[in-house]
Amino acid sequence: MGRFLLRRAVNYIVLVFLAATGVFFLASVSLHPEVNYLEKHPQPPLASVYTQLHAFNMDPRVPVTTRYWHWLTQLVLHGNFGLDWQGGSVGAEMGRRIFVSTELLLVATILGSVGGVAFGAWNALRQYKPSDRASTLFSYLMLATPVPVVAVTLRTLDNKIGSPIQYTGMYDPRVHGALAVAGNNIEHLVLPTLTLLLVQVTLFSRYQRSTMLDVLGAEFLRTARAKGLTRRQAVLKHGLRTAVIPVMPLLVYNIVLLFTGAVFTESIFGWHGMGEWLVSSIGYNDINSVAAVGIFTAGIVLVAGLLSDVAYAALDPRVRT
Amino acid sequence: MTAQVPIAAEAETALAAPVRRSRGRGALVLRRFARNRTALLGLVLVVLLVLFAYVVPYLVHWKYTDNDWNNLGTGPSGTHWFGTNHSGQDMFALTMRGLQKSLVIGLIGGPLSTFVAALVGACAGYFGGWTDRVLMWVLEFMLVVPSFLIIAVLSPHFAHTTWLIFVVLLAAFQWMITARVVRSMTMTVKDREYVLAARYMGVGSMRIIFRHVLPNLASILIVDATVQVGTIVLSETALSYFGFGVQPPDVSLGTLIADGTPDATTFPWLFFFPALFLVLLGIAVAFIGDGLRDAFDPSAAGAKARGKAQKKRDRASGAVAGPDAVALPGARNADAGGGDAEVISLTTGEGPRTAPTAQEGLSS
Repeated sequence: MGRFLLRRAVNYIVLVFLAATGVFFLASVSLHPEVNYLEKHPQPPLASVYTQLHAFNMDPRVPVTTRYWHWLTQLVLHGNFGLDWQGGSVGAEMGRRIFVSTELLLVATILGSVGGVAFGAWNALRQYKPSDRASTLFSYLMLATPVPVVAVTLRTLDNKIGSPIQYTGMYDPRVHGALAVAGNNIEHLVLPTLTLLLVQVTLFSRYQRSTMLDVLGAEFLRTARAKGLTRRQAVLKHGLRTAVIPVMPLLVYNIVLLFTGAVFTESIFGWHGMGEWLVSSIGYNDINSVAAVGIFTAGIVLVAGLLSDVAYAALDPRVRT
Repeated sequence: MTAQVPIAAEAETALAAPVRRSRGRGALVLRRFARNRTALLGLVLVVLLVLFAYVVPYLVHWKYTDNDWNNLGTGPSGTHWFGTNHSGQDMFALTMRGLQKSLVIGLIGGPLSTFVAALVGACAGYFGGWTDRVLMWVLEFMLVVPSFLIIAVLSPHFAHTTWLIFVVLLAAFQWMITARVVRSMTMTVKDREYVLAARYMGVGSMRIIFRHVLPNLASILIVDATVQVGTIVLSETALSYFGFGVQPPDVSLGTLIADGTPDATTFPWLFFFPALFLVLLGIAVAFIGDGLRDAFDPSAAGAKARGKAQKKRDRASGAVAGPDAVALPGARNADAGGGDAEVISLTTGEGPRTAPTAQEGLSS
């Protein structure tokens, strides 16, 4: 088992390395960071722009392979992701953005998972009752609605009903004082969290509902009832626990992937997290940032896969060997 | 519903009984699909959307390239049904044009990704050995590669060529999960007698794959192609939203939604009309996909769930048993008689694993 896992891990690392290399080459060839400087008026001479970019390892006059080697050695030997087009550290920026994304996603994922499981189980228990039909219809609607539509609709509703909830950015820069900032920060969390919740709860509840339905007819539940448990006890203690197992890896997988997947939510509500970076780094033709995003995204797919395997093994005794 | 089902079901069993043997599998699936009202609704919706997108624009006065300089950013009215945008373009014409693009991209991209999945999965499963190892490694690599990033970075290169490249790229990052399912199903099919017989008769490997293996996986492939249509449309929307997909002057629903986003509060028609059509398209595709899945695999969702509900009701009490307690058995028997008896149903074999990636594109 250990050797198998090790071989898998090595394979994954090779895959991430190849993906990162691919992204770096692709970004270096297709993106033109000099555009950012040529937009300035008066236009700086191209030679000095290139000299500036040379310091950031983005000089188009240097062969791509040389730049790649420099980037790779810096990354592997010093853990240095290089500099962005304005000379800032990409690694530091990544740290900041991971923090921002975590703050945005933490509440949403926890509430989304718990809510999705609870909602799905509740619907399974009330199969074919009006509430179940209504939520089935609702989930069809939600799953067909792209996230930007959800986000913008919530924003518009917020404006129309004149609610005082602010929604742009992490917090209002005019607010001062630690406590006031924290409160304002939470206020800014409301709409993006609601957006994420609506999408996640519907998605997870569909899976939970179907696994729960499979479990509800099982023999062991009848045994539990025969043993003298009430229906409620039996369903909660034996039914739900069994039904959560197949959904758990999915939850873990989705939650981890959300770190780069919250592109819309972050962009529309103005949070400068990892998802927004994915779009903005390309917009600025920022090669080193794009490469960093590439590594992060590839890495997170692997982490998600491994964690969901672990979650499955931890929950399901049949998988453990 | 309670009143109609038993009659219809009984009529069906009565009609079906004598001719049952002569029915082919396709006819059965079709019949079960037609019985599913939500699936039919989805089909009608898609047909209507296609008609709307391709026929109605010829019947109205404004083209999506026209500017009405007397109406800049005006709301819905008799002349402009969906209003106009800031440069006086008719939103109805624009939305229909965007719907055309989204439909075409989805309808080409979905089946294309399923085709790639079928080919790769079947080859890996059928040949095994090194072919399998290499293909599966490529598959894992494709899963790791950040698809959004790569298409976005590449987008300037195909901005001035055709959008078909964009469709191919979308499909290229969408086939992996299905390919895995196809591979494992191929491995079970390849040792069946008819495949062995074909092989001993000297039929070529690729021919066996296309003639004997893939047709046996038709159910999952058809369902997958439908689901992928929705996924591809949503991915296209996501990329176009950020300006990496369909490029101006051409429009898609994604670019329209992106253009309408800043004005959603003040000029709601700029955002919500394209959004509405996108949602309609998504729901229709989902309805059809679910209907097909149930039609191909009667034991999986519809029939089984109904059986359970019935059992539960029986257990609950005889007193509550209203008219539907009597009605349901009839419907159930019809299902069992019409479905399970004749068909060797291939379960779609889609665990919950399939959908998360379907969500990935939009998941945020």
